[in-house]
Amino acid sequence: MIDPIFLVEAVVNGVLLGGVLALLALGLNLIFGVVDIVWIAYVDLVALAMYAVYFLVTLYGVPLWLAGLAGIGVGAVLGVLVHLLIISPILTSPPINQLLATGGLLFFIQSFATLLWSTDHRSVRVTLPTLEVAGIFVSFTRLVAFALALVAMIVLYLFLTRTYTGTAIRAVSQDREAIALMGARPQRLYLVTSAVGGAMAGVAGALLIIQYAVHPYFGAAFGPLTFMICVLGGLGNMVGAFFAAFIMAQVISVGGVLVSTEMGYVIAFVIFIVLIFVRPGGIFGRRT
Amino acid sequence: MLELADVTAGYGAFTALWGVSLRVAAGEAVAVVGPNGAGKTTLLRTVSGLVAPRSGHVRFEGAELAGRPAYEVVAHGIAHVPEGRRLFPQLTVAENLKMGAYLPAARARFRESLERVYTLFPVLAERQGQRAGSLSGGEQQMLAVGRALMSRPRLILLDEPSMGLAPVMVLRLFDLIRRVREEGYTILVVEQNVRQVLKLVDRAYLLEVGRIKMEGRAADLAEQDFVRKAYVGL
Amino acid sequence: MSPGRLAAGLGLLVLVLVPVLPLGAAEEYIWHVIIQIFFWSFVGTAWSLMGRFGLVSLGHGAFLGVGAYTSVLLWNLLAMTPWVGGPLAVLLALVLALVVAYPCSRFQVVGHYFALVTLAVGEVVRLLIIAERDWTGGSLGVSLKTAGTASGLWTLQFPDKRVFYYVGLGVWLFGLWVWARVDRSMARSAMEAIGEDETAAAAVGIHVTRFKMGITALSAALTAVGGVLLAQYLAYANPDTLSGIGVSLRIVFAVVLGGMYSLLGPSVGTALTIALSEYLRIYFGIKLIGIAETLYGLALILFIIFLPAGIWGSLAAAWRRRATPARPAPA
Repeated sequence: MIDPIFLVEAVVNGVLLGGVLALLALGLNLIFGVVDIVWIAYVDLVALAMYAVYFLVTLYGVPLWLAGLAGIGVGAVLGVLVHLLIISPILTSPPINQLLATGGLLFFIQSFATLLWSTDHRSVRVTLPTLEVAGIFVSFTRLVAFALALVAMIVLYLFLTRTYTGTAIRAVSQDREAIALMGARPQRLYLVTSAVGGAMAGVAGALLIIQYAVHPYFGAAFGPLTFMICVLGGLGNMVGAFFAAFIMAQVISVGGVLVSTEMGYVIAFVIFIVLIFVRPGGIFGRRT
Repeated sequence: MLELADVTAGYGAFTALWGVSLRVAAGEAVAVVGPNGAGKTTLLRTVSGLVAPRSGHVRFEGAELAGRPAYEVVAHGIAHVPEGRRLFPQLTVAENLKMGAYLPAARARFRESLERVYTLFPVLAERQGQRAGSLSGGEQQMLAVGRALMSRPRLILLDEPSMGLAPVMVLRLFDLIRRVREEGYTILVVEQNVRQVLKLVDRAYLLEVGRIKMEGRAADLAEQDFVRKAYVGL
Repeated sequence: MSPGRLAAGLGLLVLVLVPVLPLGAAEEYIWHVIIQIFFWSFVGTAWSLMGRFGLVSLGHGAFLGVGAYTSVLLWNLLAMTPWVGGPLAVLLALVLALVVAYPCSRFQVVGHYFALVTLAVGEVVRLLIIAERDWTGGSLGVSLKTAGTASGLWTLQFPDKRVFYYVGLGVWLFGLWVWARVDRSMARSAMEAIGEDETAAAAVGIHVTRFKMGITALSAALTAVGGVLLAQYLAYANPDTLSGIGVSLRIVFAVVLGGMYSLLGPSVGTALTIALSEYLRIYFGIKLIGIAETLYGLALILFIIFLPAGIWGSLAAAWRRRATPARPAPA
């Protein structure tokens, strides 16, 4: 029988992991909800942001917080580039083409990264203490990352509900023609959405590089998990993705402690498949 | 104010309008009536920029608008209340109205416009925080019109405003449109409910299978036998 | 006999005779490449059975992996001949395919949604293989126990590559035959109707669920056969080369490059990608690892944007246009 302390730790770590996974899922979902295209290469963009922060810190000695902000900028720029160069030309193509285009991007990023930076794992060492609270050990780094992820999500929420552009972005996902009748350019809104989605990837990247090592196939490791969370929460459903992220993170964390790290993922994926069987629209239903 | 000259427009291989010409003078209320499939909706969509005409001119206050995209047309002062209302169902009443004032010029006078709309349609003020999708048909129509007013237009295009509404609601709605008209807006309305709309407007056109078959003062048209027999009471 | 048929016949003859002709010291390496092209073209053709109808699977690596690992492990651990192990592996892959296809077909899980679900399935298989490392060797993969003196038809291990050449040729032709049969069948019209408008198709009486599941099952089964044979040929299975998103995407890419909607499209695409990959490997050696895939990714993006029918598909369409004189457009 396992020491309950480890279980509690696993739950806590699961919550902390959930925060960052939620961030990933929200960015992806935002873009899908508005532009109606899934960026298969989304987590690879996160990886690029991670590389950016890594190099800024280790090669140029930029302080971490500044590098993090730069990472967000990198993410936003990448988002814009992807939309302009790849997505815009194929907005009206059949879904398979759209998937393959972003799939091609995934290939491209992963192999280009291998070409440039080899398969070495790189991470940014952060010397922050490990806290001990009531007998459980919690990494302060993880705690900070979690808090910042929450902040980012709150900022996103405020942007989407309080600003004109944010509301317009929500509107365009509900009725593209109608928003054009109000004087808003759908194409421009897509661009902004892509920039915001990219920026979220940048935030996620900045928060992940201090917890995990980045390597060219990082996207292959975290990508499927992110998609799974989005589908589980209902593709396009922001609130659903938020909760699905925490649920999955718990399964992975607790499963990882009870059985093994890989099995934790396997169990999570199997649960996903079973849940799809039971509720094909995702736990919280699809975006209508 | 608005002039369509010999406009031909359609979708893909299908042509919905054949050489349509009409005029709306500033301050007027004009109706376009006709049966289903006549091309009435296409007509409005061509004016508002959702459809680009294949030939012909669309002139508004001297400016040529044919082929301009919708978001440019609305900046010239034309607001389109589309068929089926096309509200943003997940946004609240207030947010829908906010979107109506998306244009910078409209945003600057947002408060003023909002006041105006809430005065005209008090029920919208009551239901500010409610999701547009959960409103009743009549309320939705009012919101759609209100949203159009938020862009501070000079010309308002109304596409089948009575569609899907109970007869009592239809009367109330046309009353409200009358009040909007009294505020000084120029109106071009497309309707199947010929009897009600002819009471509302100054002039009307009859559109059948993409061509203007008749035009004249509303009172005159209402007298026309075949109009009465064929379309009245829908 | 039409020129097309004649060309095809001649091509076939050449392919059949190649190993027998005295081509000098034809290197083992060339056989290796050609055999791989046969097997992977077969897999690509199998994938395109689904892809051409809009059922984009990004998880076909799952069926490859299940096929490969099941038959390899059954041989290694239970000395079960691949003639029994193979069908068992295919059966397992079929079960997996049906389990996933049922909810997807029944509840109209299509497009992006379907692709992501299949991606997850592909990943589950890959992770499972890695997690059960005691049996499967984990990320290091597993080698097929050599049959030594028992090599031959029963154990499906042949030291002479030319036998595998014929196996590959046969299997590839079989795949083309299946594709052609599906193309000419009711299933094709039904699937196209479903692809355009599922509800309408159902209203007309087309049993949507049955057709979708049928096509998925067929595609998965064939892919699994490909997995079994590849494992037999390579005598090695690895979770990343025979399962997971990487290989799934590579299959898809090759098919799209060649053209998803034509008979030979997937094969042309596969041949091109493998040839390119080998060429780059020879040319650059280990100096530029990842250059091939970088170019693939770029090419895939460009193809999707500018040439969605693929190389072969576009050529075929252009050829057809030349053959029939343009008719005047209706007034």
